[in-house]
Amino acid sequence: MSGTEYLRVSDLHAFYGESHILHGIDFTVRKGECISLLGRNGAGRTTTLRAIMGLTGKRTGSIMLNGREVINMASHKIAQLGVGYCPEERGIYSSLSCEENLLLPPQVGSGGMSLEELYEMFPNLKERRNSQGTRLSGGEQQMLAMARILRTGAKLLLLDEISEGLAPVIVQKLGEIIRTLKERDYTIVLVEQNFRFAAPLADRMFIVEHGQVMAEIAQNEINDKQHLLQEYLGV
Amino acid sequence: MTEIFGVPIQALAGQLMLGLVNGSFYAMLSLGLAVIFGMLNIINFAHGALYMMGAIFTWMFMEYLGIGYWWSLVLAPISVGLIGIAIERLLLQWLYKLDHLYGLLLTFGLALILEGFFRHLYGVAGQPYSIPDELSGAINLGFMFLPKYRAWIIVASLTVCLVTWYVIEKTRLGAYLRAATENPALTQAFGINVPLMVMLTYGFGVGLAGLAGVLAAPATQVGPLMGSNLIITVFAVVVIGGMGSILGSILTGLGLGLIEGLTKVFYPEASATVVFIIMAIVLMFRPAGLFGREK
Repeated sequence: MSGTEYLRVSDLHAFYGESHILHGIDFTVRKGECISLLGRNGAGRTTTLRAIMGLTGKRTGSIMLNGREVINMASHKIAQLGVGYCPEERGIYSSLSCEENLLLPPQVGSGGMSLEELYEMFPNLKERRNSQGTRLSGGEQQMLAMARILRTGAKLLLLDEISEGLAPVIVQKLGEIIRTLKERDYTIVLVEQNFRFAAPLADRMFIVEHGQVMAEIAQNEINDKQHLLQEYLGV
Repeated sequence: MTEIFGVPIQALAGQLMLGLVNGSFYAMLSLGLAVIFGMLNIINFAHGALYMMGAIFTWMFMEYLGIGYWWSLVLAPISVGLIGIAIERLLLQWLYKLDHLYGLLLTFGLALILEGFFRHLYGVAGQPYSIPDELSGAINLGFMFLPKYRAWIIVASLTVCLVTWYVIEKTRLGAYLRAATENPALTQAFGINVPLMVMLTYGFGVGLAGLAGVLAAPATQVGPLMGSNLIITVFAVVVIGGMGSILGSILTGLGLGLIEGLTKVFYPEASATVVFIIMAIVLMFRPAGLFGREK
């Protein structure tokens, strides 16, 4: 666990108009690590990812991405540094077919997966390649939202609530995919409400509440820090 | 002489052809409006003025620089497009997050300023512009004479409309455009430079208006008011077709041109209002327009 630091978020504040949502978020992610931001609805986890992507209103603090400060960058420049973002609402385009959705995000790095590899990983998407994007089932749309950022060569994946509202068998499949991605040395930030999904995957977990990081729990501390999980998440 | 419903076939064919010419202009202009509205959320009331500038630039290039029709066909739309890009960067970009009304008022004001400027320079009277030699004369089709320039307008504008439709619906660039129209923030978060695309889309949309202006120059009088005479009908076409639909605006433009032509044959008194009557009927039954999607 001593890889180089890939993402460092320090004292991050973010606003939507007048509302102050994030009150000084701090966490780091090492290269090749998978971390999870856990917390209740409205705690500020989704906003943290959106702030990293430059999708909120005003932001202050610091976001160091692979040694570069990105707090004032436009969101397309941040993506071009090798970040893949899978939004909570999945963001499948209804005016694009399944395959057009898959091919939409431009290359942002080398070593992305090929279309063949992705279709092997997600066979459903191949079958439905010509369907309108939003005609796919919820599970298929989630697969599509994941697959489309694996093609681009992004090295840092920001995944927001990918297990939400899906059948257990699909959640299991997503878990396998995250494991595969970890083996391939992707750096992953999982925003999750589903502790049971995140716990076996994440190397470290950060508990977010009221727009701040309240606790950090490493994989091997889960049993010792049960009281924290109980207190903040009720698990 | 052969007649249909008591109308000589030559008169009918002549009016249908004129209707198709008008329809070609409606199609090109409403296509530009639809693309701009989809991407920028701006109802571009300056569209008529920019069409007029396309025609006036064509005339000015000839008058002051001796540049002929064929070069103007390229240079005038580019000039209009560049002016559009300047308008987008300086003015429109501040309005995207506001209500449609602000964009409409701003572009309406711009249209008045641009028209006023050219009225100040050239007065309201139109300037003549002659048809290029290659396209003067007519072809005898047997049942009618087809002026070559009119045929050229129809062919050229249909080609431009179909190429635009193809690029938007079938290519990768078009997929970027559709994605940015549907969800600009997320599209930008994938690494696509959406602000740049918005700027170029406006430039392209008004460039189409400029191109329509060049095509119109030899067919009508080139004058500062030619845009405002046309734009009201074009907005009715856009309302009928449905804001934001590409194919819809092309088909509606051509269809309404034809209907106008037919009305001129069978009931000339209504030819100036028929488009608006159709608009009222369409709004009653399909408020989002024939090809529009209800929100």
